[in-house]
Amino acid sequence: MRRYAAPLLFLLPATVLIVLFFVVPVGMTLYLSFTDMSTLTFRNPKWVGMGNYPTLLRDPFIGKILLNTVRYVSLTLLFNVGMGLALALFSSSVRERWANQVRAVWLLPRILPPVVYVLIWHGLTREAPFGLVSDITGISQNWITGRPWTVLVLANGLVGASFGMLIFSSAIKSISQDLFYAAAVDGATTVQTVRRVVLPMLRWPILFVTAYQTLSLLTSFEYILLLTDGGPGFYTTTVWALHAYKLALSNYFGNVQFGLGAAMAAFLVVIGVIVSLIYLRIFNFRELVAEPKVEVN
Amino acid sequence: MALLPPRWRLVLIVLVAFCLPILSGVAWLFLTGSFDRVHGLIPQGSVALKNWRFLWEAVGGRPPIRVPLVNSIIFSIVVSTSVVLISSMAAYAISRMSFPGRRMYLGLVLVLHAFPAVSLLIAIFYILRRLGLFDTLLGVILVKTTLELPLGIWLMKGFFDFLSWEMEMAALVDGMSRWTLFRKIALPLVRPGLLALWTFSLLSAWGEFILPFTFIVSSQNFTMAMYLQTFLSEAFADFGMLAAVGVFYALPVVVLFMIGQRFLLNIYSGGVKG
Repeated sequence: MRRYAAPLLFLLPATVLIVLFFVVPVGMTLYLSFTDMSTLTFRNPKWVGMGNYPTLLRDPFIGKILLNTVRYVSLTLLFNVGMGLALALFSSSVRERWANQVRAVWLLPRILPPVVYVLIWHGLTREAPFGLVSDITGISQNWITGRPWTVLVLANGLVGASFGMLIFSSAIKSISQDLFYAAAVDGATTVQTVRRVVLPMLRWPILFVTAYQTLSLLTSFEYILLLTDGGPGFYTTTVWALHAYKLALSNYFGNVQFGLGAAMAAFLVVIGVIVSLIYLRIFNFRELVAEPKVEVN
Repeated sequence: MALLPPRWRLVLIVLVAFCLPILSGVAWLFLTGSFDRVHGLIPQGSVALKNWRFLWEAVGGRPPIRVPLVNSIIFSIVVSTSVVLISSMAAYAISRMSFPGRRMYLGLVLVLHAFPAVSLLIAIFYILRRLGLFDTLLGVILVKTTLELPLGIWLMKGFFDFLSWEMEMAALVDGMSRWTLFRKIALPLVRPGLLALWTFSLLSAWGEFILPFTFIVSSQNFTMAMYLQTFLSEAFADFGMLAAVGVFYALPVVVLFMIGQRFLLNIYSGGVKG
């Protein structure tokens, strides 16, 4: 036993925290989803078994929320991957000095505190004469209430695209120079080189970015909360994760419905656990996530 | 340089166009914070010092600015320092020691790295209530630190794997304890990694919104993100002051990013935001 005293000691703080705030919450979400816990019954919740799930299905808005979630995830994903690919291809086609500047600019939305980033969106989408978007388009409206979905997808997309951009850029950089020479000798144009050489090599990174972002978009709601708060009107932009959060944690209807919110979150937690286990098997995380970080200067 | 088409300057123009929305957003923030009114990106009227009056007076029932400012500084420094310490300890054990369950531990760290932690907020709320840590800075610090650990352990493991064994072997043979060895030999050798992880966690904690927003209610424990959000959620927001608070809050981030840009680019490709 003494042999393992050292590793035990080194791992102790990390393990305690991970158990307390990762492992226990996974079980706790499932447990809470089987209770009727709310503000009224916080101290002694009653076990209701699967009772919360039929209640969820009877919610008249659940279909709309489900559709919203599909819409939000797919549109944002399309923008993220497409824009990330475009940025990576274009920035790999100019001199390194410029490429780095462009990538730094696109990282800004990710680096800025989310509240500041959303504040900028609120400012740019105001009515004329204040909002830049209204000025440019000549249509004076509050674009967040006027076109909530467009704003939502773009606001999330400008943050999300940089992830693909970085992964794809380093994948392009690692393509063997010989392939480009060979293509040039064969007289391939740049467009042909991109289509026949670069894109096939990017197949795995593209799949990885798509899979990774699908999962994180499915559960993310921070920017939606700050931009539209699920509105305007009834549930116009409310997604699954936001609804779960509001049911359980914000005073939506006066009485916070903890158990019901947990039941919604349980879906996400189960999906999250299964999908991240699959990732571990399919993707060689070692190569895709870790390698670029080991670049020591 | 993988691709360099003959007309790459044309491509550069397209790229600059791509950057314009982001750059004009940042420009808007600075202009609106500084002037009386801004139409689009064109300032009207004079430079407005009144946008910055939140610095010397409490605005509309909010605590004075130093309260959220001090909280945010404490929050981000404690979080980033704990992340660096705790994850490098764990990473060192995983990288250098053999113990039963080592592979499983590593697998767990990897799965957690992909796992979307926001889906756990509801359960974490319950746990913090039970521990008596709800509405305390300490509670949010613990949660935020934990959420950064998978990335931190994974990153630091990569750095420790990179070190050669020989020096450590010699020290062990000379009878140095594991702990002294870790502190005196291993840690100084991975300083670039520690610095990168520290900066990354600092930026991430400084910007953190959803955790304090969910787990803190009393205004004495507000962080800067929450302070700014109270302005944003007002029905008739004073955009001049909003932008000024925004500039004040975001400035350290922008400065730190410019200094550490080169090595941060690497970490963000393993980041966790969607």
